[in-house]
Amino acid sequence: MNVHEYQGKEILRKFGVATPRGVPCFSVAEADAAARDLGGKVWVVKAQIHAGGRGKGGGVKVAKSLQEVHDFAAKILGMTLITHQTGPEGRVVRRLLVEEGADIRKELYVGMVVDRSTQRVTLMASSEGGMEIEEVAAHHPEKIHKVAVDPDAGLTDQQADEVARKIGVPEASIAQARTFMQALYRAFVECDASLAEINPLIITGKGDVLALDAKLNFDSNALFRHPDIVAMRDLDEEDPAEVEASKYDLSYISLGGNIGCLVNGAGLAMATMDTIKLFGAEPANFLDVGGGATAQKVTEAFKLMLKNPAVKGILVNIFGGIMRCDTIAEGVIAAAKEVKLSVPLVVRMKGTNEELGRKALQASGLPIISADNMADAAKKIVAAVNGKQGRPV
Amino acid sequence: MSILIDRNTRVMTQGITGKTGAFHTRLCRDYANGKACFVAGVNPSKAGENFEGIPIYGTVRDAKQQTGATVSVIYVPPPFAASAIDEAVDADLDLVICITEGVPVRDMVATRNRMRGKKTILVGPNCPGVITPDEIKIGIMPGHIHKKGRIGVVSRSGTLTYEAVGQLMDLGLGQSTCVGIGGDPVNGLKHIDVMRLFNDDPETDAVIMVGEIGGDDEETCARWVKAYMKKPVVGFIAGVTAPPGKRMGHAGAIISGGKGTATEKLAVMEECGIKVTRNPAEMATLLKSVL
Repeated sequence: MNVHEYQGKEILRKFGVATPRGVPCFSVAEADAAARDLGGKVWVVKAQIHAGGRGKGGGVKVAKSLQEVHDFAAKILGMTLITHQTGPEGRVVRRLLVEEGADIRKELYVGMVVDRSTQRVTLMASSEGGMEIEEVAAHHPEKIHKVAVDPDAGLTDQQADEVARKIGVPEASIAQARTFMQALYRAFVECDASLAEINPLIITGKGDVLALDAKLNFDSNALFRHPDIVAMRDLDEEDPAEVEASKYDLSYISLGGNIGCLVNGAGLAMATMDTIKLFGAEPANFLDVGGGATAQKVTEAFKLMLKNPAVKGILVNIFGGIMRCDTIAEGVIAAAKEVKLSVPLVVRMKGTNEELGRKALQASGLPIISADNMADAAKKIVAAVNGKQGRPV
Repeated sequence: MSILIDRNTRVMTQGITGKTGAFHTRLCRDYANGKACFVAGVNPSKAGENFEGIPIYGTVRDAKQQTGATVSVIYVPPPFAASAIDEAVDADLDLVICITEGVPVRDMVATRNRMRGKKTILVGPNCPGVITPDEIKIGIMPGHIHKKGRIGVVSRSGTLTYEAVGQLMDLGLGQSTCVGIGGDPVNGLKHIDVMRLFNDDPETDAVIMVGEIGGDDEETCARWVKAYMKKPVVGFIAGVTAPPGKRMGHAGAIISGGKGTATEKLAVMEECGIKVTRNPAEMATLLKSVL
């Protein structure tokens, strides 16, 4: 789960991570008031969306008067912000963060992830603040410093100081940088974060260490421990289809193609998408109905796929294990009838009671195309959608 | 032989009285030698009772001492799964198979740290389990689609493993052992660990390795295969069409920072002499072609 920058900073402050003072705003009037309350002569007006690259897209502006705060807030609120992470359709800005301006002497990068190979939380730091870490990794890997943190010991003073020096924190600010990184580590662990990025972390003219930006992602498997973080969820930032799917315990992700697919199991679902592509078409979605695919779940899954106007055909690929194919077939028949299916449907079932399942589909009188294996199924749905023979490309 | 488990393995079930644990314990007990293999259950509040004749103990240690079980399978709910693993590790079991899906990563980081220097091997979490066909199945896979043979299968995904097994069966090829290592980012055995075991198993002739996007375990395994593997290996990686930054069902199936793509994994595997297919319907025919 993702949160907005201002929410991330709120969380981090509780753990002692220093940030500039700021106020989230939902209207221009609120932005005006926030700037007045913050005081000072320089403010930053920042669009709050769940995507990076906001500055380049025109979503972050430095204001040097209250009038400028007003003008920028009016311009950014409601704009469709397009960045390299939003896709060409962009994202509508509904929230702002108005922050006091900072006197930036140095811009650095600090991030944390759970590293899969060491199986530990890893601190990553770089002198190249403000750049995307992937860019730095590609062109200057020597400028990224990594420390795997022992979960028993936590991030030690020595580790923190060493990293701070390597990325060029001035000697006078080392102690503050240490406090900052240790607080960030505690926040990361205690909040079950899966990613934390402070980019940039800045050293101010006075030598203070501040998080100028904050990106936090949380482990969705651990949200049961964090109702306060769950309350920060912003559904406007999520795909409505994915939100709808989660209500039925379906794992769904929208993709750009025109063939809907319904599969049991995440690995098999990806493999099915790959097969559709292999035969010259594009999948419209990833959809894992899980192990206990009941008739009701299958029906909801059909409705969900068909809400996407791009879908011109559906491929159902089920490996019946404990869940029998005839049960799944009944679910598919019930779903097809309930949604009055009007696009071609190819069903491939394998495993327990596959014969019974196939017979049930035939006996249903529905125009269901049955397939022997995954490749055959992909070929048939591609052909049905394109009106010609699919072939491997 | 086989790897990890066989007809002589004695198993305790942690979470035997829960809905999932009860359902799958029945199926495991009814499979092949299961009646002799599944000897104990663990539930601190039901010690002294039994589950359909299988005695329940209050702790893993008790269950081990009383029955001689050295392997545990875990079905307890996600918030308690990691501490269930900890208990099994502290009791020095040989093998723990954690089926539970949805264990917080932070818990697994702590558990894996505790396991350093311990003898216990962990499979999972978020996995279908392990089966040595016609001898024993520990987990949630459908037993009847398997038969004994000489092909090893290792995979991060459940149904895609069954798919591979189904294809092998269509060609008349049985399996030595099938290991589902699970779809979580922080877990126990990796592809490389299972591959080592298959390499040393005289009853395994060849291996199907099924991977997916996320991490670099497949690449690490592929490099090991190139250097040490004496048997043919074929592979498939799911997720060529997966978009970056999205978790594809499994917690560990995500392309992050441009890393962990299927294309990259397939390329490394091919460089390392592993025959790969981009068509998941051809996993078994590819395997047969290298025998």
